[in-house]
This record gives sequence, structure tokens and C-alpha cells, in this order.
Amino acid sequence: MSATAVDTTGNLQSPFLCSEEPHAPNGSLLGFWIYLMSDCFIFASLFVCYAVLGTSTAGGPTAAEVLDLPGLAVNTALLLVSSVTFGFAMLEMARKRKTAMLAWLAVSGLLAAAFVTLEIHEFLGMIAEGAGPGRSAFLSSFFTLVGTHGLHVSVGILWLVVLMVQLGKFGITEANVRRLQCLSMFWHFLDLVWVGVFSFVYLAGVLR
Amino acid sequence: MSHSTSHDLAHGHEPGHDEHANHGTLRSYLTGFALAAILTIIPFWLVMGQVFANHWVTITIVLALAVVQIFVHIVYFLHLDARGEGGWNLLSFVFTVVLVVIVLGASIWVMYTENTLMMPMSPQYQHSADT
Amino acid sequence: MLEATTQAAARSFLFGRLTLDSLPFLKPDLEGRIVLVTLLVVLAGGLALLGYVTKKRLWGYLWHEWFTSVDHKKLGIMYMILGTVMLLRGFADAAMMRAQQAIAFGPNTGYLPPEHYDQIFTAHGAIMIFFVAMAYIVGLINYVMPLQIGSRDVAFPFLNNMSFWFTFWGAILFMVSLFVGDFSTAGWLGYPPVSELQQGPGVDYYIWGLQLSGVGTLLSGVNFVVTIVKMRAPGMTMMKMPVFTWTSLCTSGLIIATFPVLTATLLLLSLDRYLGMHFFTSDFGGNVMMYINLIWVWGHPEVYILVLPIFGVYSEIVPTFSGKPLFGYSSMVYATCAIMILSYLVWLHHFFTMGSGPDVNSFFALTTMIISIPTGVKIFNWLFTMYRGRVQFTVPMLWTMGFLFTFTIGGMTGVMLSVAPADFLLHNSLFLIAHFHNVIIGGVVFGVFAAVNYWFPKAFGFKLDESWGKASFWFWLIGFWVAFTPLYIMGLMGVTRRLSHFDNLALQPYFIVAGFGAFLIALGILTFVIQIVVSVIRRKAYAVGNDPWNGRTLEWAASSPPPPYNFAFVPNVRARDAWMDMKAHGYRRPLEGFNPIHMPKNTAAGVVIATLSFVCCFALVWYIWWLAVASFVGLVVASIVHTFNYRRDFHIPRDEVRAFEHSGNWQPENQGANA
Repeated sequence: MSATAVDTTGNLQSPFLCSEEPHAPNGSLLGFWIYLMSDCFIFASLFVCYAVLGTSTAGGPTAAEVLDLPGLAVNTALLLVSSVTFGFAMLEMARKRKTAMLAWLAVSGLLAAAFVTLEIHEFLGMIAEGAGPGRSAFLSSFFTLVGTHGLHVSVGILWLVVLMVQLGKFGITEANVRRLQCLSMFWHFLDLVWVGVFSFVYLAGVLR
Repeated sequence: MSHSTSHDLAHGHEPGHDEHANHGTLRSYLTGFALAAILTIIPFWLVMGQVFANHWVTITIVLALAVVQIFVHIVYFLHLDARGEGGWNLLSFVFTVVLVVIVLGASIWVMYTENTLMMPMSPQYQHSADT
Repeated sequence: MLEATTQAAARSFLFGRLTLDSLPFLKPDLEGRIVLVTLLVVLAGGLALLGYVTKKRLWGYLWHEWFTSVDHKKLGIMYMILGTVMLLRGFADAAMMRAQQAIAFGPNTGYLPPEHYDQIFTAHGAIMIFFVAMAYIVGLINYVMPLQIGSRDVAFPFLNNMSFWFTFWGAILFMVSLFVGDFSTAGWLGYPPVSELQQGPGVDYYIWGLQLSGVGTLLSGVNFVVTIVKMRAPGMTMMKMPVFTWTSLCTSGLIIATFPVLTATLLLLSLDRYLGMHFFTSDFGGNVMMYINLIWVWGHPEVYILVLPIFGVYSEIVPTFSGKPLFGYSSMVYATCAIMILSYLVWLHHFFTMGSGPDVNSFFALTTMIISIPTGVKIFNWLFTMYRGRVQFTVPMLWTMGFLFTFTIGGMTGVMLSVAPADFLLHNSLFLIAHFHNVIIGGVVFGVFAAVNYWFPKAFGFKLDESWGKASFWFWLIGFWVAFTPLYIMGLMGVTRRLSHFDNLALQPYFIVAGFGAFLIALGILTFVIQIVVSVIRRKAYAVGNDPWNGRTLEWAASSPPPPYNFAFVPNVRARDAWMDMKAHGYRRPLEGFNPIHMPKNTAAGVVIATLSFVCCFALVWYIWWLAVASFVGLVVASIVHTFNYRRDFHIPRDEVRAFEHSGNWQPENQGANA
């Protein structure tokens, strides 16, 4: 009659219940990936705006007039290289080589900081020329899309700094590994979005 | 080597369970880097060197290469495959791609028709696409 | 002279645009009086509540056991309370509109000036969707879903707590706009150019309130997906999941795919307003239609975000009270998934009249008609489940029957609206108003009441009073039809929405009938409140065990109310209706042999971060820059400090588990009713 019993050693015997606590898998990596997927939709909305408004210059400067392709090439290179150096940091992490890992992380952070600096410089230059975000719908959508990406990179740098402190202080623990894996996804994801930005906003933009 | 994780340094959990954390290999990062670099240089060259007279040819190629490069990043840097998280990473990615394509495609279609069907306005308010 | 300038500069630095003139209750006109009376009532009620809590020394209890709790069940209950409080606010707005429209004819301009009326319909719509329906949906999923999948909590308990507080503070920001400044008059979706050019803080309240709650909702969506994917009990494959869990998964997927679009759209609107950009302006190349397009990319999936979990609720209630497994489980799952994707392909039907041309309109009209097919599949599944079942007409079942009747008619008027040429006549008419209230009240609200009546015994250990529940149902059902049938008729005659005054006296009888319907709905809400009060008073008499309805899914295997850890032993799922399977095969719950249980620790970080975000948003509404910067920095610092906390869990000792499993929560014992 009764299908649930406790045997002499005190262990539960029941076909309906788990006698041992099943391992609850950690969901951080999947959760963060899904967050990134949701971020795709923010960028998608901004890309739509640029697609629709990119030629609405209202008599102001056009993309071909204000966008700086050589500067863009430098920025693109910085971001791509930082993506690879972050990958190297992940490899060092897997080998538990803390110092090498931190060094590669620092290199990635500095490359990203250079990227943000150059971007701010580009923005300030455009605003000084009278091509600020309030000039036309084209410039509003340009500044917002590129600026949102730049903001993401800046958040990534802040996160990187905090995480480097934590890795230095607490070592390559399971929790820190997970965090670094999340940041790594974030980092590569931003590089991926940048591919869309430089292709669609800049390269295709100057030709439209 | 590539699939090792740091369970042994865990605190609070028993070690030995793999959540399939794929860190990639040196080889995968370098391959990805090479491919991404090539796929970046070509569009820059096409645009800066003004290779094609017809801009729309260039734009089409640039955007096609961007799509290819996005997939290079996904495979070689983000290591997306069907095994990660029991396939849920891939599934959520496909779901996202489908819906993003719908949002981009349909929105641009809708807005394009709305713009073309607009009544002409005074020049001050026009979408000065041709200036 | 110089001193006055310095003083003015200091005042505007300290308080931004906030001055004594921003307080509407100090104004001597009728509107000021209305706000003043409201303020006094709210203050009296608030002070009485605070006084009671202080007198009973409940602050510590509330803080430790509720506000900082990461328990999905407590958070679920807090969401339900938030939804109910906001329902009262949203319904007060509705009652004011009905009263105004019933009297404002010809020479009588009614008691609300147009400016105030516009604020009321904007607040009514936005509150009902974002803080009533969404709060209820997230609350229900929070409470029920982890229990249904045999889990101890959600995947990210801390984020769950933070999500709640983000939603809470978003609601508070809306409420603050009543007494400090004013609210948006741009309608519940804040269309430009009204939301662009309008001066004053109204639209900013709207924007930041929605941004706050949007963050909370998005985090909940991510949380629920990961919980369902990762934390199901062993043996529960995807096709063994309860339908409510399935619909929660699909709704969460839609949240993840749509709320970022809302966030982005509102961000662009705020960039226009704060930084003078030109996304949606009429000049400098801006495009107003872009806003309409983007907001509905979010807006249409949103209605499915609301209704899918409710379909799940009905799919739990109908089999339970028909004594049969759900008819067509797989078709239900596939229909849910189909709706999830299709809901992303119909948004243009909200603006057929904007002029997209025949090709675009035809495409979206067709997709809209197609999406009614999977919904129809569900209706038939519920009907076939009842067919030849032993249907018990309990209160949850009554709500379900009311839903089937009401929602089907609402769906049919929706198909009428999906015909683009017909929509050109019905667009923005009262017919549309009647249609979407028909599906949202008939679908979502009825479903929430069904769910509350169904799962209340699980959450509190006693049933809700039947007679008052039935009274509430009949008042709502009849009240709904009395209130909205006149709107259908007037809509067909061409009466448009959002008018605070009418010249055509022939319309007045219809509005008086509609007003009477709103009065009946008010009685429905009142009887619901009485139902709860009466049940609490008679809780001893209404006490039930773990399984009062002879339920089918795992939540009924836990005690009522469940312990913090839900299940002393994680269930091993063998069949689709797991609890039915356990009962049918002689399950007896173990009383010995317990182990310590690993649980997440409570934390105040969510309260702190969300509260700082609220301060930041309030400062932004009033352009108080120093406060905005300070609270933003505080928010970043608090988040970083939180990441330095690595000890986020603890173990419930064996003895405590044993005490829970022998507690009164299991009395009276009625598990395994048919074993």
C-alpha cells in the first residue's frame, strides 16, 4: 500500500521522490546569454531607426561628410584585437595562471579604453563642427546607436576592473570563473554588434 | 585542455558536474581573428577604394560580409554550438535571429511604404534625403 | 536684486523645476480640490497603516520576512497585493471617466476639465496594463511555476526580489504624479507629437515609471526562462510540464524579445525631450510614424504576454474541475508556441489607418486573422476537456465559464477589426475600446480572479468564501456586459474615444447605461474585497490541507502554505499530471529521513538598488541634476558592493525541515484523496 518508506539506514525509498538532493545546475551563463539576446532587440530598434532616418539630414551634414573612415578602421582594429586578447585571458584562466590571465585582461581593458577614448574624440569633433545629435534625425540616430554601443563598452570596462580586483583578491574560484565567462560573452557580443555598426552605419552609411 | 573548468576551486558545491563551459582554444581564437580581419579589410577596401561604381553593389556586398563576420564571431569567439546548455543557447539564439529579422525587415518595409505614400510637405519639413 | 537672482539660482539648483506651483492640490480650482481630497484620503489611509504597523511592531518582521525576502512565494504574494492596490487606483480612474461621460452633454461640461480628463485616461490605461495586469501575471508565475516544476526557488532569487522593487517603485512614481506635478495626457502609449511638445513633468513621469517597471519585468522574464529550463524536477521532460509552466515559458520568451524594444523606444523619446534630438519630431527629419511603429512592436506581443499565462491558468483549472486530463495537451503546447511567434507578426493592425498601402495592410490583416486559429484551438481544447467530465461549478470554474463566453465574443470582434477596410471605420472608435476591454477583462482579469480563487488555499491554507466569490463573479460578468455593450453600439455608430464632452444628447442614455455597468463592476470589486476579509475571519472553518481540489500538478503535493524550501524531497516526475500519478500509485509522504536543504539567503541589496533608481528617476523628472547624479553613482556603487558578497546561501538544518514537515500546515490532512 505505502510506496514511501525509510529504510534501516534512514534513507528514503520512494519511486516518487529523489532521496538525494539533485544537483541544481547554475543558470548564470544561460541567464546572461538570454540577457544578451534581449540586448539584441535594443540594438535592433536603434538599427531600425538608423535605417529609416539615416538619410533624413534636414539639410545638414550627410554621413559621407562627417564620418571618418580611417578613424573607424583604427577603432575596429582595437575592438577586434581586444576580443582576441580577452580570449587569451580565458585560456589562461582555464590553465589557472592568474597573473597571465590578469595581464591579458588588462590588455583587453586598455584596448577597449582606447576605443572609447577615440569614439569620444570623434563625437566631440563632430559636435564642434556643428554636427551634433540635435542637428538632424540622421545625426540623432547615429549618435544614439554608436553611443549606446560605446556605453556598453564603458560598462564592460568598469565591470572588468571590478572583476580583476575580485580575481586578484579571491582567486580563480568557481563564482569568479562564472563571472569572467559572462563578461567574456559580453565582450565578444559587443564586438559582434560593432560589426553591424561599422558595416551598416559607417561603410554603407557613407554610400547611401 | 579546452574544456577544463575550475570545479576544484569551488566553494559550497560538490565538484565534477560540467555545465559545458567552452573556453575555446588558442587555435579557434586565432582562426576567428584571421577570418574576422579578412572580413573587415574587404569591406573597408571596397568602400574606401571605391572599387565598384554602383554604390548599391558595394552596400550589398558589405552587408553580406557583415552577416558572415557575425557568424564567424559567434562560432569562434562566442563558441555557440548545439551542445551548450543542452541546446538552449542555440535555440534562444535562433529565436532571437528570427524575431530580429522580423523587426528589422518588417519595420523597414512598413516605414518605407509610409514614407513613400506621404503627401508632399513644405520643404522645411521634408525628409531631405536628396540634399 | 542680485540676491534674488542668486536665490533663484540656488533654488533651481536644489529643486530643479520643482516649485510650490507644481503641487496641484494647492490650486484653488475644482481640480485642485479633487486632488486635495484624494491626497487627504491617501494620507489618512497611509498614516493609519503605518501607525498600525508601528504599533504592532511589525517593521522588523516586514523587513526581514517580506521586503528583503528572496522566496518566490512571498514575492508572488507581494506582486498580487501590488496588482490589487493598483487595480483600485486604475478602477477609480475608470469610474471618474464613466461619471464624466455620463453627465457631460450639451451645456453641462461635467466635473472634469479636458486637461484633467486626458491625464485620467492616460493613467488608467498605463496603470491597468503595466501595474495591474503585468503585476498579476508576474505574481502568478512567481508563485505557481516553481512549485509546478518541483523546484525550491527561481534560478536567480536575488534578481527576483530586485525585479519586484523595480516594479513597485515604477508604480510609486506613477502615484507620486497625482500629487506632485501632473501626469501625461498623451494616452497610454505616449504618442508623439503630444508626448514631444508637451511641457511639464507628466510625460517624464510616464517615461521613467515605465522604464523602472520595464527593467523589473525584463529581469523576471530572464529569470523565469532559466528557472524553467534548468530547475525542473528530475523526470519532468518538456512535454511533461504543466501547461501553465509552458505558457509561462512562452510569455517569458516574449518579454525578453519585446520589453527591450519598449525600453529603446522610450529612451529615444526621452532623448528627444531631454537632449533636443529629432527621432519623432515633425521637423529636422524626425519621423513620428517611427514611434508608432516601434511602440507597437512591443505593444502587440504585450497583449499575448498578458493572456498566455492566463490561458495556462484555465488549462489547469478546467481539467481539475472536470476530473479529466487536459484534452489535446500537445496541441495546446504547439498552439502556445505558434501564438508566441505569430504575435510578433501582427503589430501593424494597430495602425492600419496610418497609410501603409494595400500590400502592407493585407499582410498584417492576414497574419492577424491567422493568429486567431491557435487561439481557437485552445477554446476547443477546454470545451472538449469539459465534455463528458464531471464539471464542478466552483468559483474558479465559474470564472472560467465566464471567460469562455466573454473572451470568444471579444475574439470575434477582434477578427472584425483585423479586416483592414473595416478598421478604417472602427479605428479609434468606442468599438475598439469595447473590443480590447472585452479580451483583457474577459480574458486576463477573469483569469486572475480564477487563479486567485484556485491557488489561494495553496498560499494561505484556507479556501476563499464561495458565496461572496460567486457574488463577485456575477457582478463582474453582468457589469462588464452592461458597461461595454453600449460602447460596442456607439462605436459602430462612429463615436470616437477619449472625448470628455459630447454635444449629441441622443448618446447620453448609452453612457448612463455604461456608467451603471461600471457601478456593477465596482460592486464586483467590493464583493471580492469582502470575500477576502470574510475568509480571513473564518480561516479556521475554511482551513484545508495540501490538496483541496483533488489537483493534478505538483504544487498540490506541497503543504498549504508550502515551507520556504517547497518540497522536503525533490519529486521524481514520472507522468504528465505528476501529482495525480503519485496519488494514483499510493504515494505516502515521508515523515522521517530528512536532509538539510540548501537555500538562498535574504538580501537588502535589491531594495537598496531599486530605491536609488527610483530617486534617480524622480530627480530626472524634475531636472534635479545633482540628485540624479548622486543617486546614480550610489546605485552603481551599491551594485558593485553587492558583487563582493559571495556568501549568498545557507542550509536549513535537518531539525527545522522535520519541524516544518510535522507542522500544522499539513492539517487537515487530505492528501491522496483517492489513494
